[in-house]
Amino acid sequence: MQKILVIVAHPALERSRINRRMAAAAEELEGVTLHDLYEAYPDFDVDVGREQQLLKAHDLLVLQHPFFWYSVPPLLKQWIDLVLEHGWAYGSEGKALVGKRVLSAISTGGREDAFRRGGHNRFTMRELLAPIEQTFVLCGMDYLAPFCVHGAHGMRREQIDRHAAAYGRALEALRDERLDLEAAMRRPRLDDGLDELIRPPAGQS
Amino acid sequence: MHGADFFYQALIYLTAAVVSVPIAKRLGLGSVLGYLLAGVAIGPFALGLVGEDGQDVLHFAEFGVVLMLFLIGLELEPSRVWRLRTPILGLGGLQVGVTTAVLAGIGLALDLDWRTALAVGVILALSSTAIVLQTLNEKGLMGTHGGQSSFAVLLFQDIAVIPILALLPLLSLGGGSIVESADEHDSSWVAGLSGWAETLVVLGAVLVIVLAGRYLLQPAFRAIARTGLRELFTAAALLLVIATAMLMTKVGVSPALGTFLAGMVLARSEYRHELESNIDPFKGLLLGLFFISIGASIDFGLIVGSPTLIFGLMVVLIVAKLAVLLVLVRVFKMSLDQGLLFAFSLAQGGEFAFVLLSFAVRYDVVDPTLAGTLIATVALTMAATPILMLLNEKVVQPRFGTLERGGRQADEIDRQHKVIIAGFGSFGSIVGRLLRANGVEATVLDYDSDRVDLLRKLGLQVFYGDACRLDLLHAAGAAEARLLVAALDTGEKNHELVATVRKHFPQVTILARAQDRGAAYEILDEGVEHVFREKLDSSLRLGVEALRLLGFRAYQAHRAAQTFRRHDERAVRELAAMRHDRTLYLSEARQRIEDLEELLQGDLADPDEMRDAGWDPDSLRQEYGGK
Repeated sequence: MQKILVIVAHPALERSRINRRMAAAAEELEGVTLHDLYEAYPDFDVDVGREQQLLKAHDLLVLQHPFFWYSVPPLLKQWIDLVLEHGWAYGSEGKALVGKRVLSAISTGGREDAFRRGGHNRFTMRELLAPIEQTFVLCGMDYLAPFCVHGAHGMRREQIDRHAAAYGRALEALRDERLDLEAAMRRPRLDDGLDELIRPPAGQS
Repeated sequence: MHGADFFYQALIYLTAAVVSVPIAKRLGLGSVLGYLLAGVAIGPFALGLVGEDGQDVLHFAEFGVVLMLFLIGLELEPSRVWRLRTPILGLGGLQVGVTTAVLAGIGLALDLDWRTALAVGVILALSSTAIVLQTLNEKGLMGTHGGQSSFAVLLFQDIAVIPILALLPLLSLGGGSIVESADEHDSSWVAGLSGWAETLVVLGAVLVIVLAGRYLLQPAFRAIARTGLRELFTAAALLLVIATAMLMTKVGVSPALGTFLAGMVLARSEYRHELESNIDPFKGLLLGLFFISIGASIDFGLIVGSPTLIFGLMVVLIVAKLAVLLVLVRVFKMSLDQGLLFAFSLAQGGEFAFVLLSFAVRYDVVDPTLAGTLIATVALTMAATPILMLLNEKVVQPRFGTLERGGRQADEIDRQHKVIIAGFGSFGSIVGRLLRANGVEATVLDYDSDRVDLLRKLGLQVFYGDACRLDLLHAAGAAEARLLVAALDTGEKNHELVATVRKHFPQVTILARAQDRGAAYEILDEGVEHVFREKLDSSLRLGVEALRLLGFRAYQAHRAAQTFRRHDERAVRELAAMRHDRTLYLSEARQRIEDLEELLQGDLADPDEMRDAGWDPDSLRQEYGGK
């Protein structure tokens, strides 16, 4: 069983619709540690030692956040800046995270067709996420295809439920090592055709 | 009193105190009444455990009043006294003047000689500093407008004793041939001096105190403190008070006033708190003893002999003083609650009456029989004071004061909230406003009726009462509350509140204000997690500003403060746990220094903790810079 650390970074989680539901779906799962970053460090005073211990204790890191200006919310950036220390996370001595995996779980206001060449946002999600991907690759980690929830504005209740359930399924499969990681790393998105990547639980095949 | 006799006396007095005071407190009567009742119980007219020597004890115990005034002086910087000058002179002067006139008038109506009537009037116009201040302090009412006004009047009365002592010989009925009594006055340095020379000597003595306080005591205390012997410091503190009292007695000034002055001079000294904590237990014990002696000295023989006369006088005295005080309340436009508090506190005769009456007898102003009757009356009014104040609190105020407005009793709280804020002073009010601005209504408990009135006018749910009282906490819904903010103004009260809530309402999460590090330790010891040192944030912000002015970049200074705070909060919690073992053999002062030492060393121990490695290019330069 893989241990999963879900870092939720949303400055107004109480007003969010999607991230709150997704966080709830993650929290239900056994073996998942939910870490609400804005709740833990409202003053941006990230406890580096504590965060590094959390990272060491888990196999998969999930960064769950809304897509702010094609990037992470500021506290998550602060977290990246401070926690991924040279000599610990990267550099010739920095091997603490080698072999672990990272998954971005992102909600966007723009609809799916906006994130493509020639679309409103001109780039695909994977292209826009290149700096994040490279950050963790530099730390020796495997970066999976992002789990994307597009068109967050004006999404209906049932749709949100469906996305949250899919998110839960993905995390559960990752936890139980039933997800095809090789394929998951190559894809443009994890949520698109998710169930094709998941093997049924042992005993049910 | 010596040898075995002394221990026998001590045994009786201490037993009486230890037995009766907790009972009185439990019944909500206050410690003063407890001591007084203890005195009555052991006095010659009940159990008869102490006899004539009760008077000796009383004289000895009067020193408690001296110590109390020294402590009050320590709390009062001259600038504060200056700010109180209007109430002291105006309120105090009028109280003494008008009360004297009224009482003298009553005396004349009772066929006393005008000189006797005047002397009795002025002597009985004085109130009891000891009982009033002790009671107000215990109820936490010293900071209120009524408490401050009472204090101002008492201060004026203490000063007035000097001219009264000078006045009494002039009122002698002996027609100029003053019977100069041998004891006491012979030992005074000013006995043979003329008026102006006497004044000069008094001023000289005051000057000596001020100068010594400024220039001599500071280095002396430093040298004593350096020895690290706590008892030596206590001895020095007592020596200081006793020496001052002696000096003042020698020049004919009340020792209480003299030590008050000495205290004021030392109010700004760095050893203020040290002096306070050293003298305080002595003050407490001696005051207790003083109250017991008052109780024991009430001459029940006299009262039983002529009960109508004594009780009649007692009622007349209280009513007359109360009437004058209530007129003053009107004239000075005090609010009704504070006015009632003020009037009911001061409506008794004082301990000075005992001294002044015996003085008056010696100068043949008052005849001994009358003096005896008056002494019994004064003692009774003093004993009645705590009862009067209770009466005010429970009967008069609920009927006429703030509490009645809105149609509810003091202790009834109709709206139950999930949050209770105890103490709505400068600290609690900010908490309450923040909560309210975010739509959280809290039940507020406060003991300053003026404040309660004002806040109610502004539409807040504020209730009047002593937050430490279990029944009030129950009424406020502490049993159902989720949070309780303990933000009372004094550390002791706040600690008491936290302890009470922890014991009786363990489900409530307490958020406690701590006046300082010491208070934080005490509250942490109670098992409370959320402790907030009230000075931490502002001093850290000042520190950040200092760093910035020295050229640090703002964010660096800000981060340094954040790190420092985390480090310091952890250190406080660690020290709180550790100091249990050490308090056993370290004095409190020593302990504070050791704590500080440990903290300062801890600050230096891990320089890495004090900076953000993530933004630090040093290690990157080392690895990549050379290539």
